[in-house]
Amino acid sequence: MGLRRQIRVGSQWMYADEAHRALREALRVMDDEHGEHGGHHQSWIRRYVFSTDHKWIGIQYGFTALCFLLLGFCLMILMRLQLGWPGQPFGVMKLLGATRAPGGILLPEAYNQLGAMHGTIMIFLGIVPLAVGAFGNYLVPLQIGAPDMAFPKLNMASYWCYLPGGLIMLASFLAPGGTAQSGWTSYPPLSVIASQGQTWWLIGMVFLITSSLLGSVNFIVTIVQLRAKGLSYMRFPFFVHAQFVTSFLLLLAFPPLEAAAVLQLMDRVAGTSFFLPSGLVVSGQVLTNAGGGNPLLWQHLFWFLAHPEVYVLILPAMGIVAEIIANGTRKPLWGYKSMVFATVFLGFMSFVVWAHHMFLTGMGTTISAFFQTTTMIISIPSVIILSSLFISLWGGSIRFTTPMLFALAFLPMFGIGGLTGLPLGLAAADIHLHDTYYVIGHFHYVVAPGTIFAMFAGIYYWFPKATGRKLNEFWGRVHFWISFVCINGIFFPMFAQGLAGVSRRLYDGGMQYQHAKQIAAQTNPFMSICAIGLLAAQVPFIFNFFYNAIAAAFGHRDEGLGSNPWGATTMEWAATTSPPLAHGNFEVLPVVYRGPYEYSVPGSEVDFIPQHQPTAIEPAPRGGLLPEKAVAMREN
Amino acid sequence: MSEVTLGGPPPAPQVEEHHEHHPFLQHHFEDLGQQHEASTLGMWMFLSTEILFFGGVLAAYWIYRVMYPEAWAIGAAQQIWWLGAINTIVLIISSLTMALAVRNAQMGRRMGTVYMLIATLFFGTIFLGVKMYEYTKHWQEGLFPGAAFTFQWPQNPALVPKIELFMTFYWCLTGLHALHMVIGAGLLIWFIWRSWKGHFGPEYYGPVEIMGLYWHFVDIVWIFLFPFLYLIHGAHHG
Repeated sequence: MGLRRQIRVGSQWMYADEAHRALREALRVMDDEHGEHGGHHQSWIRRYVFSTDHKWIGIQYGFTALCFLLLGFCLMILMRLQLGWPGQPFGVMKLLGATRAPGGILLPEAYNQLGAMHGTIMIFLGIVPLAVGAFGNYLVPLQIGAPDMAFPKLNMASYWCYLPGGLIMLASFLAPGGTAQSGWTSYPPLSVIASQGQTWWLIGMVFLITSSLLGSVNFIVTIVQLRAKGLSYMRFPFFVHAQFVTSFLLLLAFPPLEAAAVLQLMDRVAGTSFFLPSGLVVSGQVLTNAGGGNPLLWQHLFWFLAHPEVYVLILPAMGIVAEIIANGTRKPLWGYKSMVFATVFLGFMSFVVWAHHMFLTGMGTTISAFFQTTTMIISIPSVIILSSLFISLWGGSIRFTTPMLFALAFLPMFGIGGLTGLPLGLAAADIHLHDTYYVIGHFHYVVAPGTIFAMFAGIYYWFPKATGRKLNEFWGRVHFWISFVCINGIFFPMFAQGLAGVSRRLYDGGMQYQHAKQIAAQTNPFMSICAIGLLAAQVPFIFNFFYNAIAAAFGHRDEGLGSNPWGATTMEWAATTSPPLAHGNFEVLPVVYRGPYEYSVPGSEVDFIPQHQPTAIEPAPRGGLLPEKAVAMREN
Repeated sequence: MSEVTLGGPPPAPQVEEHHEHHPFLQHHFEDLGQQHEASTLGMWMFLSTEILFFGGVLAAYWIYRVMYPEAWAIGAAQQIWWLGAINTIVLIISSLTMALAVRNAQMGRRMGTVYMLIATLFFGTIFLGVKMYEYTKHWQEGLFPGAAFTFQWPQNPALVPKIELFMTFYWCLTGLHALHMVIGAGLLIWFIWRSWKGHFGPEYYGPVEIMGLYWHFVDIVWIFLFPFLYLIHGAHHG
């Protein structure tokens, strides 16, 4: 293996691999004597319920978030049944109860509830907790060579704010008058005068925001303070950069929404009028509130959060895809540095584009022009990242594994989602497209075949890390191909609907409007069938996932798999076992010697060199210098 | 792109002897220095969320102040400015004692830390007492928004809803601030107990320092609230 470097242990010099063996033995003896590395044994509850181990918290987050994703998906299926065949009775609708769907026919107000909760659940309970809470929690400390998160108890508190927040949201379905029904954006005055479910929604949001804030503080401090020795910022795997910027977005965007949620809660509960204008007439009655408030204020506070939130949804997905593409092409990422700076720039810009959601509120042309310009500018870093990922494929020996298929599909899907966003960012075009199905198509392309596909890629890719077992490749491909076809079948016709002017919140999909009738009748049943196909495509995944997860939980590991089945360079694979040590992650904290993606280094025996590997055959330097010189320098 | 260490000093040894470590050093930190840095950074991050949280409400306050300047002036005139001034002074003194507590903890003076924390708690309690007095008075004057709002402004009755909006901000902002004070007071009691037990010293004073950061932050929020809520009445001095 070429050169061996000596390190000093106490007063003695020894070879690194010998020191490693000695330390392993020492840890084993300590475990025998005192339990986990000299610590105390933890009770079952401390270990599995109120765990402070980032890996277990990540798994808790992941499992909970996947359940919520499935639930949000099922709500969508009910909506699609209604949209595809308006007014038809369906047996499954009876699950919603007689107050929402008498005789299996969905009522309009129940459709609104489904819509609001589909959005809320998917974004706040599904994707963000999965992308940040699960993937971030599990992987960031491993990738930066840290023994745990900086604040393990805050990490636990973060999960235990998330779960009650989610349960409150779910419980709001039981509230008198049903759950929130004012859309996921909860615009006042509608949301302030809505039934009690909205109050539950707001309380749930306060819990979820608190959870995200605790999490983001933890991520930032962990990444800054607990990096392994030698891991400079430009040696971070791209995923860590993505999570780092995401944490700042969460940190800075969520507090104003929390303030806004508290104000709306006061409007509903304490009779204040932060968002209620004077003389509001509801159902022929003048409201007795003091008035003087302005509903637009909510929109500003909301979108000041919610636009950075869009990038919270997409950045971790880009991080996951970058990791998998580098690994699956056996090549370094093309343009790593420009991707990193694009991510940081994107993070900054995401705070000055929010009012492009509000072109139709009469802001005036000057402000519209400003936000239109910033919106065009923010598309540049996204294009840089996406182009770099595309160019990374060039000349690679691509391994079409299931995670790679999902990661590859992410690229064009996110491309469609991003490019269709440009007309929405231009005030003139937005006047026509605002609040139509075009918008739904646009952001679903970003989030569904974009982010959610990246999440699937991540699950297939890192499942062996967490369990020691690989998910079945064949069923993975079945899952991928059916999902890929069906998801496009759902969302692509939405662009046509939107261009025809079909409004996004219509209970019957536009059947009662002359201009929308024809296209709705042509496309909606097809889209709904695709939605059912997408549901069917998840069945192999669910079985694949649970079969392997349960087998792993009973200790059946795949012995032949090894700890680094994908031949990856990053430390979560290369420097730990799969699954990693329950306590402290690494037997020996790794030291980093190189960049994150040293795949196919010329002159190297293996096609990947892990970040923490000190000695390797050096690649020929750029000037054509031969390795002998470097070897000579080392031996001095 | 590969960066290989060529020559130069060998990297720090990866394996260290297992010293008897400080009782408050957590397992996942290498030493107290790293732990201190991490917790300080964590507190600053938390405070940045707090700034944005108060910032959200204050932004709303400013928008309405620009929309209804007259009502805002009348509303501010209902406050007793010198009570707010006293509270400002009390809070600034409490910040001084808090800073002295940190200093004492750094120097390893156990009882000095305890006394200074008790003094901070004392001034914090005075602040909350004055605030309670003001709240009671506003309640009696019918300045609590909602059904209890009986305040009249005969010169221009149309302004009353706007004055109510001002008072809503008043209760909301000072209420959130007072909530932070109450949490701070609870933390102070815990810290007094910990200092009494001798947990802090020259090599481990981070928690007191972080407590100090929080306390100063709450102080600074008040420095903003005082002029915004008490001193903008202009010609309507009452």
